[in-house]
Amino acid sequence: MIPVLGAIGVWLLGWWLNGRLASGPYSDTRMVRFLAPLIFGLTVICIWELVVRGLEVPLVILPAPSVIWDRFWDSLPTLWLDFVQTIIKGALSGYVIGCGSAFLMAIAVDRWDFLRLGLLPVGNFVAALPIVGTAPILVMWFGFDWHSKAAVVVVMVFFPMLVNTVAGLREATAMQRDLMETYAATYWQSFLKLRLPAAMPFIFNGLKISTTLALIGAIVAEFFGSPTLGMGFRISTSVGQLSLDMVWAEIVVAALAGTAFYGLVAMIEKAVTFWHPSQRG
Amino acid sequence: MTSARIRAVWAVLTVVGVIVLFWYAASVPMNIKGVLTEFERAGEQVDPPKAVDRRNMSEFELIVDNPYAIDETWEQDRPRLPAPHQVAEELWDTTVEKKITSKRSLIYHSWVTLSATLLGFAIGTGLGILLAVGIVHSRVMDLSVMPWAIVSQTIPIIALAPMIIVVLYSVGIQGIIPKAIISAYLSFFPVVVGMVKGLRSPDAMQLDLLRTYNASRSQGFWKLRLPASMPYLFTSLKIGIAASLVGAIVGELPTGAVAGLGARLLAGSYYGQTVQIWSALFAAAILAACLVGLLGLIERSVLKRMGIAQ
Repeated sequence: MIPVLGAIGVWLLGWWLNGRLASGPYSDTRMVRFLAPLIFGLTVICIWELVVRGLEVPLVILPAPSVIWDRFWDSLPTLWLDFVQTIIKGALSGYVIGCGSAFLMAIAVDRWDFLRLGLLPVGNFVAALPIVGTAPILVMWFGFDWHSKAAVVVVMVFFPMLVNTVAGLREATAMQRDLMETYAATYWQSFLKLRLPAAMPFIFNGLKISTTLALIGAIVAEFFGSPTLGMGFRISTSVGQLSLDMVWAEIVVAALAGTAFYGLVAMIEKAVTFWHPSQRG
Repeated sequence: MTSARIRAVWAVLTVVGVIVLFWYAASVPMNIKGVLTEFERAGEQVDPPKAVDRRNMSEFELIVDNPYAIDETWEQDRPRLPAPHQVAEELWDTTVEKKITSKRSLIYHSWVTLSATLLGFAIGTGLGILLAVGIVHSRVMDLSVMPWAIVSQTIPIIALAPMIIVVLYSVGIQGIIPKAIISAYLSFFPVVVGMVKGLRSPDAMQLDLLRTYNASRSQGFWKLRLPASMPYLFTSLKIGIAASLVGAIVGELPTGAVAGLGARLLAGSYYGQTVQIWSALFAAAILAACLVGLLGLIERSVLKRMGIAQ
């Protein structure tokens, strides 16, 4: 019982602390903005640990954070191999191919009005569909290894990226385009100097959405068949063996990878679109 | 219809037509090897006659050498890539021709998935809106919870799905609830993030105006913040329902569920029933399109009555 009471105590403490921080004089500083979510996260983890220990929740239902932590460090080599297989080989290569081809397609769509009229509604439609469902087909075509996962990722990221890039390429105003015309700029000059930079916020929006989609695609595709490594494979087999600490360790890896991937793209965005109002101030 | 409208419809039809044509064309090289193997087994003349010789030949060479086999590539039982009409036939067969109660009816399977999706979506959006209201009104919650809600958008949280199914199964909960939970948490975070943005969308001028009216906090919420959040809400609802559907489908994979669109996909991939996979995929696509379309219609009429949209 004592750990459970402790959990309630930790909860009250965390709440009180964040309450003080939020209503205190420094509530708008970066320090507090960083500390408050951290305290919240730590509180949740402490409560989790204490409740699991206090109520003696069996491992097969919910492992305690400390158990997950141990498992994470113990199986670091396995996790690293899974990470390479799923994220680097599957997700990243698919991401590059998918976003790259969508970008090229977007230039063509932007150039020919007929394509834009025809392809954009189709693209918008497809972007809302459950594309992960193509995974069994693509696994059948490209085999169990990472190629099929990359293919799923390509299909998943293509349309969101296409729609965003096309929207971005139309962002430059008529006035700005006219100005380029008065300079006698060629199509490619005005494309590279005006419309591509103007499209960057949209392109990065597409790239950011695609990071999460890429990870989802690569992991879920492994549920339909994979070699004996990979994060999706490890999750589904560990679930089958009821070793949930391993599943949670993989989820920690997925979370870290997802945040890092997104963060990286966001950082590049900040460097490229420093002029945009959303990045200033 | 205006001429611009007609042109747009033509453009879409052309693109769809090109896709279908391309699909038919792609079926030929994709299936030619399987077709020739079938022909060889049936004792017919195939060029080259041995499967071993054909293995390393390019598909296009085989087509040129065996042009009579092209028709058959669109009619195979278990093609690598079924032709569009085969998928359409299977869809028609398993929706209209079969009784709804039949285990082979796609309507039955779609309903199994749809019910979990809708239940989860209702729970997820309900809780999401509540949390968003809390975040907007409480500085503590804003500071401590909001960053996590944003971070959750960058994490493939769908990876939790198999575990949720199995853990709930081990404590005796199965059927619709585990799938609904997955759907719920997948739709929860987009709704929280979108709704917080929406509830914060009134500008300082509007908030000040209400203050000069001496409006209370709850009046400010009901008369300004909530109506102003509607466009944001509908945008995130559309994202949320698509995510819910994916969640319900993925939730059917790990236990080898017997019913639902995900189960059809999995069974199809185990037994190489490609036509079944494609028809399940199209059923899921149609379902998603209907759900998003329905939300779009509601959005249009709501925003129109509120005077936001034309």
